[in-house]
Amino acid sequence: MDVFDIISWVLFVSGGAFVFIGGLGAIRLPNFYTRLHAASLTDSMGTILILTAIMFQAGWSLATLKLITILGFLMLTGPTATYALANAALLSGMKPGKPDPDEES
Amino acid sequence: MVNLFAMFLLTMLMITAIAIVRTRDLFVAVMLTGIFSLLMSAIFFILDAADVALTEAAIGAGITTVLFLGALALTADRERTVPYSRWLPGIVVAITTLIVIYATFDKPRLGDPMAPVHQHVAPWYLEKTPELIGIPNVVTAVLGSFRGYDTMGELIVIFTACIGVLFLLGGTNGKGIQPRSNESEALDVTLSHHVIPRVVGRLLIPFIVLFGLYVQFHGEFGPGGGFQAGSIIAAGIILYSLLEGEQLAFAALPRWTLMAMAAGGAILYGAVGIAGIAMGGNFLDYSVLTNDPVLGQQIGILIIEAGVGITVCGALLAIFHAINARVRG
Repeated sequence: MDVFDIISWVLFVSGGAFVFIGGLGAIRLPNFYTRLHAASLTDSMGTILILTAIMFQAGWSLATLKLITILGFLMLTGPTATYALANAALLSGMKPGKPDPDEES
Repeated sequence: MVNLFAMFLLTMLMITAIAIVRTRDLFVAVMLTGIFSLLMSAIFFILDAADVALTEAAIGAGITTVLFLGALALTADRERTVPYSRWLPGIVVAITTLIVIYATFDKPRLGDPMAPVHQHVAPWYLEKTPELIGIPNVVTAVLGSFRGYDTMGELIVIFTACIGVLFLLGGTNGKGIQPRSNESEALDVTLSHHVIPRVVGRLLIPFIVLFGLYVQFHGEFGPGGGFQAGSIIAAGIILYSLLEGEQLAFAALPRWTLMAMAAGGAILYGAVGIAGIAMGGNFLDYSVLTNDPVLGQQIGILIIEAGVGITVCGALLAIFHAINARVRG
């Protein structure tokens, strides 16, 4: 087994773990902001680790260049979307640090 | 492995569809519709229909969501519960499902090369495209040249839909921009406080539009073409007007420009057809446009794809602004 393969699989598994933890947190945590915090984990750490893992699979090629571009795009848009959501929630009067008043699930 | 992934996506699609039907919160339903389109786009990609996947992702997941949200801002965000019996719709759906399942027994297997649809004209298209048109993407060749009439019809449908929506919403009444309500002014103020999205938006919008142009003019070699490019560019400009306010978007692209784009693209398409007649060929026969028939085909496809892109972009933007210009009441 190639060294690149081992590195890439380690990254895949740890990225998958981050996505799983993020998904778990998005369901289980008590209020909107903590859930958003958990969900943003999949955007940032999960994306970085999994895309880097795919880059190790692709090797030096055009695909890697495209993956770097996609990673850059997601690094810009993911945290921005999280920020915009949190900001919109704050402006609409949702207070941090308390359980949601209209918890539906 | 691909089959497993396709099964997973189809299962997710079903769950999303059931959730859309069951939720009473229309805001949630709109978000789920976006997810539905994204899943659909992934499924199209697995089926090797990259051109369709690109369109579905740009229009279904992107622009439709924005238009739905604009409509929700004008109406209520909860679905009204109508007291009716659920038995009749249930029975109709059950019978239809059974008929559809029965019909699939006669369907050829997925990707079966002997299926009638692959035996009719498709082999001829695949065989003749390199010789007659000389471009690698057969989809573009079929869409732009062999089936140019159909594509023109699609374009006219989009143009007509745009006119219809504008008539319904009264977006253009000859008086230009309608006065904005106090509510939407307040919305503009809060949006201008979103410094981070605005900065990131300014960083990304040029690249979104550039990517749209790439998709437009690379459609002969890879997946892409006018429909996809028009919606991607429209998405970039809609993002701009969401972040910077509609006035600035109108300063860049005034309303009459959008009207001219929606009509002009369709006219450009038709003009290529008329030019074909004028130069001694049939309607939409690009071979006579230059001395070299293959080059003529390529130039013809390039121009009609540009026409498609211009109309799609103009129509989507006009509909977006028409919904935004409506005052709630």
